[in-house]
Amino acid sequence: METSFPILTALIATPLVGAVLVALLSWRRSAEVGKLVGLLSAVVTAALSVWLLASYETGEVGYQFVTQQMWIERWGISWHLGVDGISLFLVVLTGLLFPLALLGVDPHHNGKAYLVWMLILEAGVMGSFISLDLFVFFLFFEIVLVPMYFLIGGWGYEGRVHAALKFFLYTMFGSAFMFVGVVATAFLARESVGRITFDLVVLQEQAEFATSTGRWLFFAFAVAFAVKVPIFPLHTWLPDAHTQAPTAGSVILAAVMLKLGTYGFLRFGLGLFPEAAYWARPLFLTLGVVGIIYGAIVATMQKDLKRLVAYSSIAHLGFIVLGSFAFTSQSISGSVLQMINHGVSTGALFLLVGWIYERRHTRQIAELRGIQAVAPIFAAGFMVVMLSSVGVPGLNGFVGEYLVLIGSFATARWWTVVAAAGVILAAVYLLWAYQRVFHGEPDEENRSFRELTVREGLVLVPFLAAIVFVGVYPKPLLDRIEPSVTELIEHVESRTDYVAPVSPAGERAGEEEGGG
Amino acid sequence: MIAQAGEFVGPDVGWWALSPLLVLVGGALFLLVAGAVTPPWPKSAYAVTTTLIAAGAAVLAVIQWQQIRDDGPSLLVGDAIAYDQTSVFFTVTICASVGLVALLSDDFLRRHALDGPEFYALYLVAATGGIVMASANDLIVLFLGVETLSLALYVLAAADRRRTKSQESGLKYFVLGGFSSACLLYGIALVYGATGSTNISGMVEYLQATVPLDRQDALMLAGIALLMVGLGFKVAAAPFHVWTPDVYQGAPSPVSAFMASAGKVAAFGAIVRVLVVGLPFYRDDWRPVVWVLAVASMVIGSVLAVVQHDIKRLLAYSSISHAGFVLVGIEAAAHQAGGAELGRGIPSVGVYLLAYSVMVIGSFGVVAIASRSDDEATTLDSFRGFASRRPALAVAFTVFLLAQAGVPFTSGFIAKFGVIQAAVEERSYAIAVIAMVASVIAAFLYLRIIVSMWMGDADADVGDVALAGAGRSRTWSGSMAIGLAALFTIAIGVVPGWLLEAADSITGYASR
Repeated sequence: METSFPILTALIATPLVGAVLVALLSWRRSAEVGKLVGLLSAVVTAALSVWLLASYETGEVGYQFVTQQMWIERWGISWHLGVDGISLFLVVLTGLLFPLALLGVDPHHNGKAYLVWMLILEAGVMGSFISLDLFVFFLFFEIVLVPMYFLIGGWGYEGRVHAALKFFLYTMFGSAFMFVGVVATAFLARESVGRITFDLVVLQEQAEFATSTGRWLFFAFAVAFAVKVPIFPLHTWLPDAHTQAPTAGSVILAAVMLKLGTYGFLRFGLGLFPEAAYWARPLFLTLGVVGIIYGAIVATMQKDLKRLVAYSSIAHLGFIVLGSFAFTSQSISGSVLQMINHGVSTGALFLLVGWIYERRHTRQIAELRGIQAVAPIFAAGFMVVMLSSVGVPGLNGFVGEYLVLIGSFATARWWTVVAAAGVILAAVYLLWAYQRVFHGEPDEENRSFRELTVREGLVLVPFLAAIVFVGVYPKPLLDRIEPSVTELIEHVESRTDYVAPVSPAGERAGEEEGGG
Repeated sequence: MIAQAGEFVGPDVGWWALSPLLVLVGGALFLLVAGAVTPPWPKSAYAVTTTLIAAGAAVLAVIQWQQIRDDGPSLLVGDAIAYDQTSVFFTVTICASVGLVALLSDDFLRRHALDGPEFYALYLVAATGGIVMASANDLIVLFLGVETLSLALYVLAAADRRRTKSQESGLKYFVLGGFSSACLLYGIALVYGATGSTNISGMVEYLQATVPLDRQDALMLAGIALLMVGLGFKVAAAPFHVWTPDVYQGAPSPVSAFMASAGKVAAFGAIVRVLVVGLPFYRDDWRPVVWVLAVASMVIGSVLAVVQHDIKRLLAYSSISHAGFVLVGIEAAAHQAGGAELGRGIPSVGVYLLAYSVMVIGSFGVVAIASRSDDEATTLDSFRGFASRRPALAVAFTVFLLAQAGVPFTSGFIAKFGVIQAAVEERSYAIAVIAMVASVIAAFLYLRIIVSMWMGDADADVGDVALAGAGRSRTWSGSMAIGLAALFTIAIGVVPGWLLEAADSITGYASR
């Protein structure tokens, strides 16, 4: 359905308007009204994203809901927005997650600024996922650092200032290279395109780079994305940022902001520089697999529950990298699906860990024990989320990981074999952590652990519903993801001598998974 | 220039084309004379008059802009002054700086019991010198501009009579400035020796017609080197930057703002005139030097700023790093200097200078308001918890700092993007990457200020009392200047189109 209503612009504008309104409202006089306005704008954004999902044409390739307006004519920059199967669910995830995160946790102090930053962050993340202009993408990609920096620094835990700084500088260092890469891409493509343009669609279609040039440009982008994901040797900012961030910050950071990196690899890395991406494949496959194993091993050793979840993110994102660079329809579809799954399950895990901290004021695994006995519903919720993260069949994590592994096996056999061990390791660290925290006899301090409140329950239910739904019936998602992925692979094939293996399961992967 | 015949024939002056300059000079004289013969004016009157004079000059310049666009550039006063869009662009930038700085000075000067017409008259005189520098088509005229600007700045830097630091700052600037002026003048002499002309068009014509002999070439190269030393000092590019932190720290905060904005703009205007317009035939000789200056400034400025504990020193080091960024634009322009297609270098320099001037005036403006009445509370610690005491000011300061860090949706991002774009277009990838990495280092220091403002403990006791006192004497003028600057910084970040378009037309230079 082609609507004249610029829904994508509205997705960015709504939270921004909300942020401005909240900023203008006097907090002293009417804190409740302010909170309501903020929440309402997040809810409206969520509704818009659901509407977007409902009116998305399944099975069609190419971008939908496209908006294009000249912005800075002299530099060939236009306000070009659009979604396809790769970005669609990330947009929906972003839209739904923010109101949940706002509802799920209270900032405890200075609620106004908190709300303003959260809404600006939402606008920035939305913008990154839907912009189809390199310049506009870079704007949003870079601007999200600012609200996140203030959220970590202002509402985080003990080491927050250090963590916020580290987060900002690391990511900005990565984007420094992308900044030059973006400009260089536009200028070097001038010869083949005929004009200077930052338009992704035009560049993807028409730009031709010399082999070595394309590789340099690819790496300029790849550094930024690799820091954001984060891929193994560039990951050190993540545990700090996650552990020190306020709960909602961690949720957003894990669920959507890390996806900016993996999404960037697919959209810009593979899309713009297929030859270079194909050439760099072994490197990224290796780093992805190293991330899976390394993240899992380090997660096992953690004493802090939140840090454990943070390292588990590194492992999970390793799977996404592996799938993205295995270059088969299944593996990339699995990666895209896994981006959503990781967003849902890790987001929920961070929420739960945040609630544990609110109750016990500690995240140390050693100090928690026997919670299952005093708060069985809480424990049950935690268990479902945890099992989804482990990748138990019937829950969402399994579908994504399975698709990634089966898809990668065809083109990256030995990497896949090693990666499969990561699935077992995930079970080790998560189950062990669960065991230590929830099983056993609660001691004095854990005996008063409060059961899940109604509000928390209401926030958790959508997560659980998504976990089970995707686990049992992923077809609706895969139906929308796959056409775009297939198109991307055809694009890569047309630019390189790579030929995607014809897999017998290929087209019907979705249905087969349907049974769970 | 002067006819050899017995009868003196004066050059054609072109009064209309010089009207912005005349307005500024006339305004300065008016302030001095009227200020001397009348009793002290009511509060803010001096500042408002100055701002109006600067605004008048800027309006005239804008009208001229339209005219030049239609009629093409020309040379004035016996080919000594260039009347082109470049000079008008720099004129508007300098006038805008004067207007903002005058508004900032108002509150500051009254708080420090320094109020009087002299301060403002000096701003206007300095601006005149700056405009002459940026529109000079003759090295001697350029030197006159440099001296007019510098002499006014020496006095301004030392103008806070009760603070020894201000005296020290003035003296340091004077001694080192005199030294650099000497280098500049010596360079002019050597270039004159090599080309037989101090006129920039004359130099170009001579070099076009003559293949330099070896000996002449050496003379010329030595001259260019000395010119670059002199101008490098004025823009505070490393390694000629060592005066900057001391002078910026010691000078009254509005004066530091003026030096970092108008002073820098004028000096870069002079660099454009001398190197890009006047010496395109030597571009392969001076381009590597500019490269080194740019990289050294960016790296040294950013790295040394990180270890500073005083906000004014920190901003001084950051201004060195920004000078490096502008030099990246000059380096890009060097590739095309003298050619028909001039590329994006000079427009990016223009945009950067305008954007940076506004940001840096805003930043020093906040410091001026926040510092105690002795202008000493400028340590990083005194900004702890600033946000809870003065939220509006803290927001504005945050905007300026983020803009200086080059965060999107601020003018700083557009400025950086322009410069990097210019460099990449000329395939200077190395300098572009170095610039971006330097900007990450620089981001760290801006974040340090932001951290202490927003995340520091709100109960920092010492500064609190002092700042509360400062708050009462605050007036509309300073707030207005800061507000305007913040608004401009964000507006350019969101709708930069018109400025870029204007800047793109500053590549046409007047020539004979």
